[in-house]
Amino acid sequence: MTFPDGTHAVDDVSFDVEPGEFVTVVGPSGCGKSTLLRIASGLEANTGGSVTIDRSSIGYVFQDATLLPWRTVERNIELNAELQGMGKSERKAKTKTAIELVHLSGHERKYPKQLSGGMKMRCSLARSLVLNPKVFLFDEPFGALDEITRERLNDELLRLFESEKFAGLFITHSIQEAVYLSTRVIVMSARPGRIIGDYAVPFSFPRQHALRYEPEFAELCGKISADLKDAHS
Amino acid sequence: MTVTHNNGLALETDSQLQADADEKLSDDFKIGTRMVSAVTPTSGESRIKVVMPPLITLAAFIGIWYLYSGTQYPISAQRINSLPFPHEIIQSGFRPLWDDVNGFKPILEYMWVTVKVTLIGLAISIVLGIALAVLMNFSKHLERALFPYAVVLQVTPILAITPLLTQLFGYELGPRLVVIVLIAIFPIITNTLFGLQSTDRLHHDLFTLNHVSRWTRLRKLELPSALPALMTGLRIGSGGAVIGAIVADFFFTQGDKGIGYYIRTRQQKASERPEMFAGTITATMFGVIMFLIVGWITNRAIRNWHESASRKR
Repeated sequence: MTFPDGTHAVDDVSFDVEPGEFVTVVGPSGCGKSTLLRIASGLEANTGGSVTIDRSSIGYVFQDATLLPWRTVERNIELNAELQGMGKSERKAKTKTAIELVHLSGHERKYPKQLSGGMKMRCSLARSLVLNPKVFLFDEPFGALDEITRERLNDELLRLFESEKFAGLFITHSIQEAVYLSTRVIVMSARPGRIIGDYAVPFSFPRQHALRYEPEFAELCGKISADLKDAHS
Repeated sequence: MTVTHNNGLALETDSQLQADADEKLSDDFKIGTRMVSAVTPTSGESRIKVVMPPLITLAAFIGIWYLYSGTQYPISAQRINSLPFPHEIIQSGFRPLWDDVNGFKPILEYMWVTVKVTLIGLAISIVLGIALAVLMNFSKHLERALFPYAVVLQVTPILAITPLLTQLFGYELGPRLVVIVLIAIFPIITNTLFGLQSTDRLHHDLFTLNHVSRWTRLRKLELPSALPALMTGLRIGSGGAVIGAIVADFFFTQGDKGIGYYIRTRQQKASERPEMFAGTITATMFGVIMFLIVGWITNRAIRNWHESASRKR
């Protein structure tokens, strides 16, 4: 991927994400992680290489909750479905299910400014869930949250991943988050981004909070961390 | 010990600076509703605390007025000619309250003509202004082609081209509407355009991912997002419309005559000075009422979601 200004963002990065797989990409700031997602989703055109993806069924979760402030929680969650022309009764029913899935029942009529950061993010997740996407793209969705909220949302996301069985592609700065969520972790180098590490995560589902303190967990985090150190030098 | 003290002080200043910066950031949007929140009680505050400060200002103003006209114009004939006492304005300007020839009723009749013209002119400005802003937002080429001339129209001294306006639009309602639109449309165009163009980039991405049409993007994303800015434009524009209507009354005096005509024709004779002031005060009150109505509408439209609408002072 080369931008018009000549910035060479991503180079020779190639991998597949199957349904039921959750792949996380970690890498230093500016290594082109987000660019990968923007190419995958079609927000950015690729200057070389190819993307094979069913774009009719993408869920995209941004760094920011990107809720429309003038819409209530309920109206925000039905936005994607509404814009894609889903019929009203089906839309309302799916919106209700999604609200229950992310535990926002009782908050339907609130406006985004009345929500906490974590609630906003769950609202954003639900907005994509309404469409039952086969592919879910996450662009550092929990980066701005405090650690406790982030860990709780990690657990909720795992639960959703198990029940909805989508293919997940997740971008993050946090090694712990990457290992905890994923079936596979890809490590990228600084710009132009290349794959410098690729780890299968062996832990079975469902994963519990205590997994974060297992020695195997720490060992894998350590390896990825070492890769990233090399990436910087 | 001194060092610690200095550090503490420095920290305080920094956070103050930050707070100031935050405040400035959203000032553009806040101007619109702040004036209203200043006269509407926020919860937990007694009404007296809200009403007293402006009343004290008013009392001080009237006091200075009495002092000035009393010392500058001690002879009453001279004073009436220049600056009558407030009670003289009420006595021979506003009263009798309900007589067909003198006092308040004729003023209201003239005023009503101006109110109608203002509202029609403002309606034209809103529709035309938003339409132009939307067009300029659609296409950079159109923005480049049109915006400079919006600026030119705005800075054209309208009074200097009254002969031209007369020639083009006559002496009655037409030129008065043109004057109002020329004054009111610019703030509506610029603020709406600013609002449309300030739409969040990630929100645009979100809509792009859903493959929406240009029209859907405008209707469901850009226009709602521009609403606070649009309302600020409307607030400025409505004030301009009132002034434009009254000034136009001065110059285009055929057909139904407005309050500006009433004021102008009572500038000549000394004995009619109180009526001139009464007409001016009535016109001013109209401006204030317009300001409050637009503020109320703004608050209704965005109070649920925009920061400015629920700001606690």
